Parts: sequence; structure tokens; C-alpha cells
Amino acid sequence: MNMIVCCKQVLDPEAAPATFKLDAANNRMVQPPEVKPVINPYDEQAVEAALRIKDTDKAAHKITVITLGNNLIRDVVKKPLSMGADELILLEDAAFEGGDGFAVATALAAAIKKVGQFDLIFCGRQESEWDDGQVGSGIAEILGIPSVTVAKKVEVADGKVKVERVTADGFQKLEASMPCLITVSNELGEARYATLKGIMAASKKQPIIWKPADIGLDKVGAAARKTKVVKLFQPVKEGKCEIISDDDLKVAAAKLADKLREYKVI
Amino acid sequence: MADNKGILVVGEIAEGKLAPITAEALGAGRRLADELKEELSCILIGDKVGDAAKAAVAAGADKVYTTEDAALKDYENDAYMQVAEKAARDLAPRIILLGQTSIGRDLAPRLAFRLGVSAVMDCLELAIDGATRQLLCTRPVYGGNAKATFSSEALPQIATIRQKAMSPLAPDAGRQGQIAAFPVTLDASKVRAKVLETVKEEVAGVKLEDAGAVVAGGRGMGGPEPFTKELAELAKILKGAVGASRPPCDNKWVPDTIQIGLTGKIIAPELYIAVALSGSSQHMSGCSGSKCIVAINKDAEANIFKEARVGVVGDWKVILPAFTQRIKELTQ
Repeated sequence: MNMIVCCKQVLDPEAAPATFKLDAANNRMVQPPEVKPVINPYDEQAVEAALRIKDTDKAAHKITVITLGNNLIRDVVKKPLSMGADELILLEDAAFEGGDGFAVATALAAAIKKVGQFDLIFCGRQESEWDDGQVGSGIAEILGIPSVTVAKKVEVADGKVKVERVTADGFQKLEASMPCLITVSNELGEARYATLKGIMAASKKQPIIWKPADIGLDKVGAAARKTKVVKLFQPVKEGKCEIISDDDLKVAAAKLADKLREYKVI
Repeated sequence: MADNKGILVVGEIAEGKLAPITAEALGAGRRLADELKEELSCILIGDKVGDAAKAAVAAGADKVYTTEDAALKDYENDAYMQVAEKAARDLAPRIILLGQTSIGRDLAPRLAFRLGVSAVMDCLELAIDGATRQLLCTRPVYGGNAKATFSSEALPQIATIRQKAMSPLAPDAGRQGQIAAFPVTLDASKVRAKVLETVKEEVAGVKLEDAGAVVAGGRGMGGPEPFTKELAELAKILKGAVGASRPPCDNKWVPDTIQIGLTGKIIAPELYIAVALSGSSQHMSGCSGSKCIVAINKDAEANIFKEARVGVVGDWKVILPAFTQRIKELTQ
């Protein structure tokens, strides 16, 4: 079976909020030099979902990872390879920058069509920069295939894919025909670590690099947007927390309760 | 599509009633429709719409369309898309609003792409640009570290709205509105992803979304026990519910259904007590609407102290029993 996983290189969402800076004039954020980018965590879990299927029969399943961006850092984007994916395609060009969900899904769908063979496509449920959460569904729509979003479990049996989809009060079990696109949520469980052997193997693999013309698109990135950013801003936080203190923490705790009565919230 | 007019809310029915998120979308839609001087309509999709249609009128809709079919009992993207696409094409609204829910976050992007536009997801504020009549959608980005306002020339403009971010109108049973069937002949062969089973994992006691007081624990709780003991005891006294940030869920200390945050539940209780959780912007996306946030954390630098109204710096194991005891005395 052929599986494709779409991964994005993002600003580390675990980075300290203080490192976060905006270039408001250009409606974009500034990459802080002290913070190394990572693969979007949900995308790592999408790789994990594919690997769990590959684990059932390593020789029978192939995983191709596609990453779109510019100035991609090789040891970052190669992480899925070091986890166990087979091949990496980079859509790497300055022209790919500045796209919205529509532009990104259009380019990824074009690349997937060029790959040609696919039974399952995995994406993270959303990426941690714009938190858009529509690229996966968009790719499925462009390719004309079904999609199941926010999955916590994915299995293949009898030529169908069975998915557990997270809902507000539990989950749903769905069955879909293939090819199918699945977006993966954190409820799937932690992605595996790269092994030393995997890192060695990944370092020897060369990614395939495609430019916009290679996937047959004239307009990509900012030029292919459907939405425009009118403004990007950081809301001002008042941050006036009243800290209750006392030499005895237990006394401080009781005073805290008294405070809530004073506020009339208890 | 220069002729696109009006606002269409794709509504949801929860337990036979109009879902709160749909009342919120109609409240926001009413305000926008009045500004545009155009109509607000709502489509309700399900096996039985029942009184939800009247409730949608009372919540602000000028017209309510109902599509009822036994095959629409469970949300299945391919089936609901047939209705939503037909409604979008036949009614040709300028703006389509959905909730950022299990249904909306799945339906909105596919609907947008089918219509050749892009959706703006998880909006906190909606406004109309007076000059262009375009919808301005403001939503959090970078895990809530920043906000961005989006617009688009392409119509229809599609947006999903965050739960509890916008106010519903006070229901007015005297409001006048039309209710009409919107029949769609469903093609079952086009439904490629089918629901086999729906599993509810409801936690006993007060529902997190409805609780007036929420006691939430984070990574610093150290394991599953405090959630069923100390936090549950405090929640019980406050007649509230227990919640968690993401790490306790990822560590399987607590069920995923009590996760509060960007990708979990969005709540806005009167009182939110955050215990041993750092208050990342992703977590705060789920609870920043709380009226009073209380922080208990041993790290004075934790972000939660930037968000809270009041707090104590120290070990929760020492603070919580004394705090709970005093709350008990005060509330009995």
C-alpha cells in the first residue's frame, strides 16, 4: 500500500511565549534565531499513524512524506525519514511562501497527483502556526476522495480503512473506501522517537525537490491565496494577577478562598 | 458571484434542540445581516429537525430551511455536503457561518473548497467592512499568541465561529420568520466514509461545558490520582466539573474528553481554578472567557499568572487541601 504524509516545518509551538515576535508591517511573524523549527507535532503524529500501518508488514507498505516551504532545514524535515518513512519530497521554493490554506492544499494536491500512487494520505489535524485546520480536507476535495478528520486510531482491513474520529463527547467509528485522506489528532498517542539507525539512514537519503513548474502550477504561495490577511497583531494582556502570599502556604490558601467570596464567585 | 446576498447559518441540532453554538452563530449573523440590510437564514440538517426550526427563528433567523432524512441522523461528511453544497448554490448567500465544532470544522473546509473559496476557521470576532461589504474575520493564530483578521473578495465568504465567543440573542418566541422544507435527494452511493458506531465517553456529574465552576489540573499534578481525589473533591463542593490541560490527557491520566484548549473543549465558566498548569496560550484558548481565573502554581513565572485574576505561588499539595477546606466552610 502507498501512503503519503504531509508534514510542515513550523516554529516550535513549545517555544517560550517571550520569543514570539511579529513583523506587523508585513503581516507575518519573525523566526526567532534562538528557536529551532520543528515538524508540526500533529504532522509527526500523522507520520506515526502511517508507521503503525507499515509496522504490520514493512515490505508491503511505502510511506512518502511531502513538505512544502522555503529554506527548509534538512535535519528538521528529514525527521519523518529517521522515524521510518521511506521517501521525502520537498516542495521548496521562495514562491511557495505566504500561501493560505487554499494555496497550500492546491500545491500539495498537485504534488500528490504527480506521485500518482496513493491509498492513504495523512495530515496533522492542523498546523501550529496559523492553526487553520483545512488543508487536509482541502486536499481531499481537490483529489475527489473521502476524508475523515481528527482521527485517534487508523487501521486497514479488507481493503477499507477504519478510523476512530474524536468528537466532543467521545468518538465515532467510521469505515471508508480508499483512497482516503485522514487528519490525525494528538489522541492517537505520542509519535515514536527516531532511532540512531534511522537517523543514520535518513542522513544518507536525498530528498526529491520539486519547484512549482514540476507540479504544473503557475500560481503558488501568496499568489494563489483566496483570503488576505488584513492585519496581524498581538493582543495586549493586562496581567494584573493579585498574588496572595503568607509565610504559611496554608494560610495563603485560606486567604485565596476568602478572596473568592469577596469576588462573589463562590 | 456578484449576486450573492444574505447570510446563511449552517445549524446544528443537539439532543433534539437547536445547538447553543447555532444560537451564537445566529446572534452574530443577525448583527451582520442588519448591518448589510440583508436576510439571515439558517439551514437545519438531520433526521428530525422538529422544534429546532422555531428556536432558530426565535434566535434571529428570518428564514429557516429544514432538510430531514433518516440518512442524516449521524453526521457524515459526504451526506451533509450534498445538502450544504445545494444550499450554498441555490440560496447563493454572501456569507456562510458554521460552528467550530466536530461538524463545522469538518464540513466548512470541504464546502469552501468545493465552491472554490477558502474558509476562515475558529473566528472570535466578525465584522463588516463598510466600504467593501466584505466580512472581516478575526481569529487566533500561533496557538493564541497573536490574532489575525482575514477577508476575501471571493464569495461566499465562509467562516466557523468559536464556541462561546459570540453572544446569542435572548430567544424571542414572538419573532416572525418563515420555515420551509429544503428537500435534497441524497445519493447514498456518494457516501464513502460511513459511521459504524458512535461512542459516548461522558464523565459522570456536571458537564464540563455547562459547569459554573471548573477545577482544572495540568502536568504538575503528577499522575491520575489527584484528578479523582483532590480536584474532584473541590469540584464537587463547588458543584462544578474537573478539567485538564493537554499533558494529563496525552499521558492518559484522564479521558481526552476533559481536555480544555484550542483542540479540546472551549468553556467560559464563572470560576476557573487552574492547578499546576502553566497556562500555555493553546490552553488559554479554551478557557480565557472565564469570568474569574484562579491560579495555583509553584512557578511564579508561569504564564497562568499573566492570565489569572488571583493566585497563590506554591506547591498544590500543600495549598489545595487548605483551600478546599476553607471553601467548604464558606459555602456550607
